[in-house]
Amino acid sequence: MFPNRTTVEDIENAAALAEVQGRSLWASARARFMRNKAAVVSLIVLILVAAFALFGGFFAQWERDFVDFSLMGRNAHLGVPSFETGHYFGTDNSGRDLFARTVQGTGISLMVGIVGAMVAVLVGTLYGATAGYFGGRVDGIMMRIVDVLMSIPFMFVLILMLVIFGRSILMLFIGIGLISWLDMARIARGQTLTIKNKEFVEVAVATGVHPLRIILRHIIPNLLGIVVVYATLLVPNMIIFESFISFLGLGVQEPNTSLGALISEGAGTMQYGTLWQLLFPLFFFVLTIFAFFFVGDGLRDALDPKDR
Amino acid sequence: MSTILSVKDLSVTFDIRRPGSWPWTPASKLHAVNEVSFDLNAGECLGVVGESGSGKSTLARAIVGTIPSSGGQIMFEGGDLANMSPAERRVHRRDVQMIFQDPLAALNPRMTVGEIIAEPLITHEPNTPRAEVKKRVAELMERVGLLPNLINRYPHEFSGGQCQRIGIARALILKPKLLICDEPVSALDVSVQAQVVNLLMGLQRDFGLSLIFIAHDLSVVKHISDRIMVLYLGRTMEHADARALTTEPEHPYTQALISSVPIPDPVLEKARSRPILEGELPSPLAPPSGCVFRTRCPKAVASCANGRPAMMDIGQTHYVACPYHAPREVLATA
Amino acid sequence: MSLLNIQDLKVSFTTPEGEVNAVNGLNLSLNEGETLAVVGESGSGKSQTAFATMGLLAKNGRATGTINFDGQNLLGMSTKALNKVRSQQIGMIFQDPMTSLNPYLRISEQMAEVLTLHKGMSKRDAINESVKMLDAVRIPDARNRITNYPHEFSGGMRQRIMIAMSLLCRPRLLIADEPTTALDVTVQAQIMQLLGDIRREFGTAIILITHDLGVVAGFCDRTLVLYGGQVMEEGQTETVFANPTHPYTLGLLQAVPRLDREELELATIAGEPPDMSRLPAGCPFSPRCDIAMHRCATLRPTLETLEAGHRRACHKPIAEVV
Repeated sequence: MFPNRTTVEDIENAAALAEVQGRSLWASARARFMRNKAAVVSLIVLILVAAFALFGGFFAQWERDFVDFSLMGRNAHLGVPSFETGHYFGTDNSGRDLFARTVQGTGISLMVGIVGAMVAVLVGTLYGATAGYFGGRVDGIMMRIVDVLMSIPFMFVLILMLVIFGRSILMLFIGIGLISWLDMARIARGQTLTIKNKEFVEVAVATGVHPLRIILRHIIPNLLGIVVVYATLLVPNMIIFESFISFLGLGVQEPNTSLGALISEGAGTMQYGTLWQLLFPLFFFVLTIFAFFFVGDGLRDALDPKDR
Repeated sequence: MSTILSVKDLSVTFDIRRPGSWPWTPASKLHAVNEVSFDLNAGECLGVVGESGSGKSTLARAIVGTIPSSGGQIMFEGGDLANMSPAERRVHRRDVQMIFQDPLAALNPRMTVGEIIAEPLITHEPNTPRAEVKKRVAELMERVGLLPNLINRYPHEFSGGQCQRIGIARALILKPKLLICDEPVSALDVSVQAQVVNLLMGLQRDFGLSLIFIAHDLSVVKHISDRIMVLYLGRTMEHADARALTTEPEHPYTQALISSVPIPDPVLEKARSRPILEGELPSPLAPPSGCVFRTRCPKAVASCANGRPAMMDIGQTHYVACPYHAPREVLATA
Repeated sequence: MSLLNIQDLKVSFTTPEGEVNAVNGLNLSLNEGETLAVVGESGSGKSQTAFATMGLLAKNGRATGTINFDGQNLLGMSTKALNKVRSQQIGMIFQDPMTSLNPYLRISEQMAEVLTLHKGMSKRDAINESVKMLDAVRIPDARNRITNYPHEFSGGMRQRIMIAMSLLCRPRLLIADEPTTALDVTVQAQIMQLLGDIRREFGTAIILITHDLGVVAGFCDRTLVLYGGQVMEEGQTETVFANPTHPYTLGLLQAVPRLDREELELATIAGEPPDMSRLPAGCPFSPRCDIAMHRCATLRPTLETLEAGHRRACHKPIAEVV
């Protein structure tokens, strides 16, 4: 009875038909993401913020470390944001141009977030996928290591490290890199365990496909969705984390700055009437964090197979 | 007729750890498959029926080699699959392929249909030119009733029946000798089931395939199989010619199973007096002593608890593991 | 007067991909104490009909038409009034009992809650009544086991508990949506026997939604065959099975292998179950029908009555179908 009536006709017609391009899950996810207005707007905002951090420097009238001694101590009156003076965002109480400093601060904060998330994606995914795929004793040992690392109060250790080894961006990156991958490893492992038991992996094993190819072709592509979502949500967490350290005065050091350091400074000078010192960095900080969370939520909705 | 697969006393055991037990506490053993033996001739179809927990899927996976066996032999083409090194085993993998119950879950959602079907070929014949791979994939797609121009589509764009066809094409691309079907139609719609059953029977004829067809639906198994084996709690209860087993079942469990299968005929069905099996499957962790079926068996006597009933040949290659099997009863349906 | 009378029921869902029409003008009536089988494949709209009756449609779903239960139209009823009807007069059981049992509550609490809430019983009476009901569905040792949690029961036992729960308020109608699909055949036989006993004991009318023709044959007075959200054929079960007059009914019956017969080859219905967002204007079955004519694709056949209670929707004369 097979090929049945309709397919015979179809096959005859199909001789003339070109191959149909399928719509991959990624393509469907992209379409779903594009339907989510908040997420798309947030993505545009993020691109604008990144452009601000990258190219904002070209529009600055003043070097970020140029100290205008004539303004020092008088910035409440003379360092007001204005186009005429070229200090678009005003100056800080050392007379430095806040626009140039916000550009740099935004850049450093974004970098901290992205580096943290990248370490998490690379180390965490690989570590978690390995533990999950091999299972058994390997899994047990690898995940206990994660448990041990997680049980250390990292904020305390990081502060100690910064105090002992000196305050530097490098030390901050190391500290953030050390903690960011732990959660990711757990998530990747959990996902791998689920995927490993899927029948298509069983088919590959039964066919005799090499384990490395199974991990690369069958497990990692199906893991990526959740990894991307989690990484996107991790970026703002890392930014907040860095800001907290910088707020304490332990993070990025002068003359460099980050949004956290700027906010800390702005909060310190609030009572002198230079509110712009707080508000401009805060605006970029809140904007970035919000946008990342919205994009992350949008990605989760787009990539979550349950939505299908 | 030549025997292609000969399974002898195959057992599969799982270690079950109680949640919360100490790591050094010995795990309890679950005997999912227990001393199962059968021979499969080339070009024949063996049906395996049993309820959930009977070990039929585990048996399939032990033969395919995704679950290690813990005893017995799987003789295939002169080699013992159960006791082979992984490298030797890999050579034989191309000859034994499997299709699954959930057609969509058995296909990687991130790969196109063409990539999925070609994967076994690329794995075992990595030097095949791309054009040749594509040609063979397209030919096979046509043979299983899929339009070859859908080669770049993704699994989620197909219906359940079509996904099962993709799975069948993937299983056949290496021209295997043995195809193991684990509940291949039970997730499909009634009208599509018949298509897939007919397709499998046609392919079996054309490719000279031997089939192991596992299902809980006795009607479908009877239709496709030459011989049927009935499993209960990992043990063979009865093993006979398909027709003999469905018309003259000897084992009380087979009899109960057959009388539980509804027949789509209101007149017959309403007139049928059926002994309904009471209770449910005992825990496989603590199977009953003696005959595993005795706790639900309508004909059980005290001595059933004593020893494991041996498999008896009652003639015409009809095997029953019940020493007290009742004289042949004419069923209302037969 | 009939207990349940559904007229011109339409159920549609708004999805990002477009409008999905699950049920397209369905008529159905059921008398007190009667059993009706609603047979169909995936996409036939059989479950959505039940959900619409129970007011359980998903948020993006809409139902139009009338669903008269005991003279009251359930569609367009206030939620409060509907709650009263569906909690006390209509019971429903599902394929997977775990979806409607709370895994964190003891069976006793879940069952007693129904009675204290709807019947105003005291907790003690409610538990006693629940035990009685569990006995009725033949749960062994019900008095002690009632304090167990759902996961401590096997699949078949859970389905019995679900049946007991849905019977607590002595509903006049029980809707069973694929109640045995997830169960083994031996357990399926037990559950079907139980449903038969319940029907005799309580006089409950039962709508059995299933794809399994075998189950229908042994249980139901009348059979309704659905395809693409429309009735294809309806009649006494004996008549529909012995003299099917619709090509789809005929195809379904021939596509199922039977244990009591030897078939050389199974007859098949070509193609795949319908895509509910792209149904043809005419008969939904026409793309798969072997004997379809031109007008089948464009003109929707009406449900014509052949003889008492036997109806079909097909353009072809009966002689050409059978």
